[in-house]
Amino acid sequence: MSASAAIAPRSARRRQALPGLGLTLGVTFAWLGAIVIVPLAALALKPWELGVAGVVAALAEPRVLAAFRMSFGGALAAALASVPVGLLFAWVITRYRFPGRRVLDALIDLPFALPTAVAGLALTALFASNGWLGAPIEALTGWKVAYTPAGVIVALFFVALPFMVRTVEPVLRDLPLDTEEAAATLGATRLQTIRRVVLPALAPAMLTGFGLGFARAVGEYGSVIFIAGNMPMISEIAPLLIVVKLEQFSYAAAAAIGLAMLVLSFAILLLLNLWQRRLRRGLG
Amino acid sequence: MSAATRDPAPARIALVLLAAALAVAVFLLPLAAVLAEALRRGWEPAWSAISDPDSLAAIRLTLLVASISVPVNTVGGVAAAWAIAKCDFAGKRLLTTLIELPFSVSPVISGLVYVLLFGAQGYLGPWLRAQGIEIIFALPGLVLATVFVTFPFVARTLIPLMQEQGREEEEAAATLGAGGWQIFRRVTLPNVKWALLAGVLLCNARAMGEFGAVSVVSGHIRGQTNTMPLHVEILYNEYMFVGAFAVAALLALLGVVTLAAKTLLEMLTSRRIGEHV
Amino acid sequence: MSVEMEGIVRRFAGTTALDGVSLTLKAGEFAALLGPSGSGKTTLLRILAGLDFPDAGRVRIAGVDLAGVPARQRGVGVVFQHYALFRHMTIAENVAFGLRVRPRRQRPSEAEIARRVATLLELVQIPDLAARYPDQVSGGQRQRVALARALAIEPSLLLLDEPFGALDALVRKEVRRWVRGLHDRLGITSVLVTHDQDEAMELADRIAVMDRGRIVQFGTPRALLDDPATAFVAGFIGEANRLRGEVRGGWLQIRDLPVPAVRVAVGDGSAEVFVRPEDLVVEASTGCDGGVEVALVRAERSRTRVVLRCGAAMLDGVSDHPDDQVAPGMRVGVALRRLTVFGAEGLHETVLPTRGTVRFTEGAAT
Repeated sequence: MSASAAIAPRSARRRQALPGLGLTLGVTFAWLGAIVIVPLAALALKPWELGVAGVVAALAEPRVLAAFRMSFGGALAAALASVPVGLLFAWVITRYRFPGRRVLDALIDLPFALPTAVAGLALTALFASNGWLGAPIEALTGWKVAYTPAGVIVALFFVALPFMVRTVEPVLRDLPLDTEEAAATLGATRLQTIRRVVLPALAPAMLTGFGLGFARAVGEYGSVIFIAGNMPMISEIAPLLIVVKLEQFSYAAAAAIGLAMLVLSFAILLLLNLWQRRLRRGLG
Repeated sequence: MSAATRDPAPARIALVLLAAALAVAVFLLPLAAVLAEALRRGWEPAWSAISDPDSLAAIRLTLLVASISVPVNTVGGVAAAWAIAKCDFAGKRLLTTLIELPFSVSPVISGLVYVLLFGAQGYLGPWLRAQGIEIIFALPGLVLATVFVTFPFVARTLIPLMQEQGREEEEAAATLGAGGWQIFRRVTLPNVKWALLAGVLLCNARAMGEFGAVSVVSGHIRGQTNTMPLHVEILYNEYMFVGAFAVAALLALLGVVTLAAKTLLEMLTSRRIGEHV
Repeated sequence: MSVEMEGIVRRFAGTTALDGVSLTLKAGEFAALLGPSGSGKTTLLRILAGLDFPDAGRVRIAGVDLAGVPARQRGVGVVFQHYALFRHMTIAENVAFGLRVRPRRQRPSEAEIARRVATLLELVQIPDLAARYPDQVSGGQRQRVALARALAIEPSLLLLDEPFGALDALVRKEVRRWVRGLHDRLGITSVLVTHDQDEAMELADRIAVMDRGRIVQFGTPRALLDDPATAFVAGFIGEANRLRGEVRGGWLQIRDLPVPAVRVAVGDGSAEVFVRPEDLVVEASTGCDGGVEVALVRAERSRTRVVLRCGAAMLDGVSDHPDDQVAPGMRVGVALRRLTVFGAEGLHETVLPTRGTVRFTEGAAT
């Protein structure tokens, strides 16, 4: 044995410059374990009480499939709609100075701060056939918004929008203006500059915002159930179906739906993540 | 901004007006609608709906649930932020991901997991019932579900800030003879107090306003396990619209005040707090 | 107090930051750890401070083994690279911190603390700034605060981590002299970490040159300049022309200069040769054609600096001749007053030829 090995410290764990790792990590694991890990493990285990065939059968129910289509399709539509609107808000609050800019900036976070049930109630009142927005829309186009899939998408859009703004905004703010100036000196028009220089630089952030908004919208419950009308096969969302199954004491079926939702949305987020990584690599 | 990066005036004005119109439609009209519906028949019915015993019980329960959940998540969040930002260990990224996990879980699933554990057919339900302990359809269930959905708020606001501030000040304090608690209280805490306050406020707003998760574990027993958002739903489903919107307006006020406080704190610290939450 | 480090090893994921470092400092000495970034000097300083811990090896201060002693109990004063002042405390509160966090029984009274803070601020010459906050004073003043704060705990050892890096060039020189003066008055054993050799040369009694986790030489500034222990030190300390050569049978042939061999004592094999610019002197022998051509001339007060082109190599030298004899494009001869050669098996030799020079001219070398 060499001399250096003989005087090596005996404890395998590295000593820390700052104290408190043991205590804080202990608290963290207790907190995380009791609140998040163990309950989510229960979710991962419970469905299999039905057996694999039972889980498949529970998920293949037409009503369940329709609810998944509504939740995932609606979230997709809402997240897509949040792209142009979110971009507009981010652009206006980072690039222009105008009276009320700070108020607009603060308002964008409203969906984060407003209790979901309040948002649901408010949107229902607004888009009902006699509502401030629902009435003119119905008069002009004949479309009903509240108590239809369109209502679901409106509520999900409300929920997803701030994610898009708040992910694009910091990137837009940090975008060096000189690249835009360089594009201008090279003869590009303002629109060409925005389309060829600004938007590609924002693409990864837009994808992140899209993913965050989508993930939140898929699971949204409070904002949706008031405006959705909750008609099975038409405007019923997957989270509501979990509640329905629980009320029927079909715990395993409820867990199967919950687990499927989680797995599906994580898979989608993973795909978005991979796509985003490729985009970033393209940007160098 | 140079001439080359300035958009033409008509475009600027049009974009600002469009954004303003959309902001009014998306953010202000819903708020106004809640207020208008609540006051449809004047202040009197709205006030009596709020001062109704069931409403008052809901308000008390909401405050009680928040007053347990928020401290739990504050202690956990501060501990996690200290470990992640000020110490070295393997698996930090995994830990951060796990802490943020509740944000990407549907509120209904956040309630469901506790029913699966503690419900009548849950893993621990029958045993707990034998011991006479009730969790689901009772206060503990409401608290657990609320802690789950508000889990990441404090940690999330603190971790990036504490990482950005580095460890030099804490290390300096250590070389000057300060112990762990002294370092935290005298050096770290003063540097993060506003962000911590903002995180606590956001956590509190969500805790008081949470609907989906508590809905699943509550059982909706009026006067007993009904929080304010659940009370709104019950009133609405019973066509007591003025009452529903009156209580909703109270909750909306909570949201607006939280938002104002957060904006104020952001101005105070000149940085954004708690994005994507 | 004396400081002993023995066989210190510190590994980070995949890299070895310190690879068996041993160093002994005398009580009251001002030492510098000098090296490029990544050489391990800051890691060594952090280990002395108790902010990092070695995987192997020992640290003793005044004979006491500090292996299990955390930073808070070491009584080692540290001036951090960016000062790490507590931004929410006034300057007086910053300086008082180390006294206020003492256990109640050892804590001085508030009046005593106030008195000590005043004395310290006097010592670092900023008595008027006590009530200001760190972001309200200049960089040089912040540095003085950091020093006063570190001195408040009456440290047995003072560590300075690149303390002048954040200062602008003018202030830096002045603060440097002031710090050295303070050290001479207080006599605290001090260790300075720096990548700036001027700083190390000016401040330190002895300099430990670090390279890739090892101390390659520890000695006085004079010793490092005159007798570098390795090619790294020769190239890192001071300016030097680096030439390649070959030793065969005790004769050194410099490859980049078309000149005959020199007698040396190092073993056979390829060799590195270092010649400082002031030792590469132009011999304005007109008509000489050693393949050396003047490329650039820069006048300085007492002599002329020249850049010489020699094949592909560009070498720095000096000339004492009038400008019309040494101008760009001219072919000249050169004389070497001193050179250091590093040969095979790490052997090295500084050649001080008779009469002060080795001449590389036509014919045999002296």
